[in-house]
Amino acid sequence: MNWRALAVLGLSLASAAHAAEPPSPARAAALSHMLHQECGACHGLRLTGGLGSPLTAAALADKPADSLTATILDGRPGSAMPPWRPFVSADEARWLVEQLQQGRLP
Amino acid sequence: MIARLLSALSAALCLLLAACASPPLRGTGDLGVVIERARGSVQIVEQSARRSLGRVDGLGDLSHASVVFSRDGRYAYVFGRDGGLSQVDVLSQRLVKRVMQAGNSIGGAISSDGRIVAAQNYQPGGVKLFDADTLELLAEVSTGGSKVVGLADLPGNRFAFSLFEAGEIWLIDASQPRAPQVTRYPNIGRQPYDGLASQDGRHYLAGLYGEDGLALLDTWQPEQGVRRILNGYGRGRAALPVYKMPHLRGWSLAGDYAFLPAIGHHQVLIADRRSWQEVARVPVHGQPVFVMAEPGGRRVWVNFAFPHNDTVQVIDVPSRQIVATLKPGRAILHMEFTARGDAVWLSSRDDNRLTVIDTATLNTIAELDAEQPSGIFFTWRAQRMGM
Ligand code: HEC
Repeated sequence: MNWRALAVLGLSLASAAHAAEPPSPARAAALSHMLHQECGACHGLRLTGGLGSPLTAAALADKPADSLTATILDGRPGSAMPPWRPFVSADEARWLVEQLQQGRLP
Repeated sequence: MIARLLSALSAALCLLLAACASPPLRGTGDLGVVIERARGSVQIVEQSARRSLGRVDGLGDLSHASVVFSRDGRYAYVFGRDGGLSQVDVLSQRLVKRVMQAGNSIGGAISSDGRIVAAQNYQPGGVKLFDADTLELLAEVSTGGSKVVGLADLPGNRFAFSLFEAGEIWLIDASQPRAPQVTRYPNIGRQPYDGLASQDGRHYLAGLYGEDGLALLDTWQPEQGVRRILNGYGRGRAALPVYKMPHLRGWSLAGDYAFLPAIGHHQVLIADRRSWQEVARVPVHGQPVFVMAEPGGRRVWVNFAFPHNDTVQVIDVPSRQIVATLKPGRAILHMEFTARGDAVWLSSRDDNRLTVIDTATLNTIAELDAEQPSGIFFTWRAQRMGM
């Protein structure tokens, strides 16, 4: 491996640090299952909304990822959105928001 | 002699041919419908034989789907999340009609005369009334965008429901189905999440998410308005997060008691049905979702919200003790008793299975395959008010 390849690797590692640490494939599958089933209880199996608002890419496009991540972790007091901190880490919540905003968990 | 033999033979042959050409005559009273939420299908099941008779596909997004039956128990009306309303023939196992009636729907009810199917909607809110035979739209009751929860039928072609955002109970009289009359009861409490009508059609109860208590309307004395019962049941104790909203239906009332989930507390509330005063609280394994009295009222079965949804508990009513804690499968979403309570069917979403339990022995007597099953609906509901 030459220095160039190393630099590219370093760069991609550095940028990955800003995005969420991607979960292992097994954990990603578990999170996706949770999203559609448990979150789906309020947001709909296809995330098109229910008692909870839609979580489609279109619905979340313009919303800041930080605040959406915080909503997942700590819920929204006064609404029916519960806190999921006992079940997902901060990284996992951020990863979920990324997937949702990119419509990658349809 | 020969002629006799011949005619007997030909009669037998006819019978045989008839049997091939069409299924044997049967009633629907022993049948039921099971929602397969992700596949968008229902299975038709037979209660006594504990088997599946077939499947009907193409019903759309069935997360949180529910079902009501035509009076003759032949047709199941399936309300899907995507606003689809499907009429399924449980005998011929066929989708008869399907209309898209809203953007996001949550359930429905059928009128006391069996001729009007009412759908309750989240998006765009409101209730729509349909002709039960043709699914022709008869009327629409707008709720100004408020989500409709807890729709229940009442005698006299009336319906009651609650508004989640607006915090109101509405009564509609659909005796003129194209011109329903609305009576509003405002300020019933914050965020009603579901409602139920008693099996005699007299009382309508709305559970509140935003407050500790329930709102009660006595439809025999509607002029007295809505009153609060079990107010402040959680007083002094921090509410726990609720990962799934409980469901209320007529099975909450049995004998002298009402059995209700405490929102934000791992408890079942027991109230006296005459005074509506609390008589006991039973600590349970998690946040109750369905709190269902057996048809005889002697025991109450409870399932739970995530992350406790692998457990079902059975409460003995006279002693108010938990007499059994079962682990029937992963993600137990629903329970359905046979009409006389000899068996209960449970759906395990994550094990792709239905489990049938003998209520006398609590033994599992059958297991059936189903794809992510949720609601189980037996045809006895056709004959029951508030179902
Ligand atoms: C018990 C019902 C319920 C469950 C279960 C639930 N939510 Fe929510 N959620 C809500 C409600 C209600 C809102 C809207 C809150 C409001 O009014 O501001 C919401 C809002 C949100 C929002 C903010 C959307 C926006 O447009 O601002 C996100 C993101 C979200 N939920 C993600 C999730 C995820 C991820 C899960 C599962 C891990 C989940 N929710 C499970 C009820 C629920």
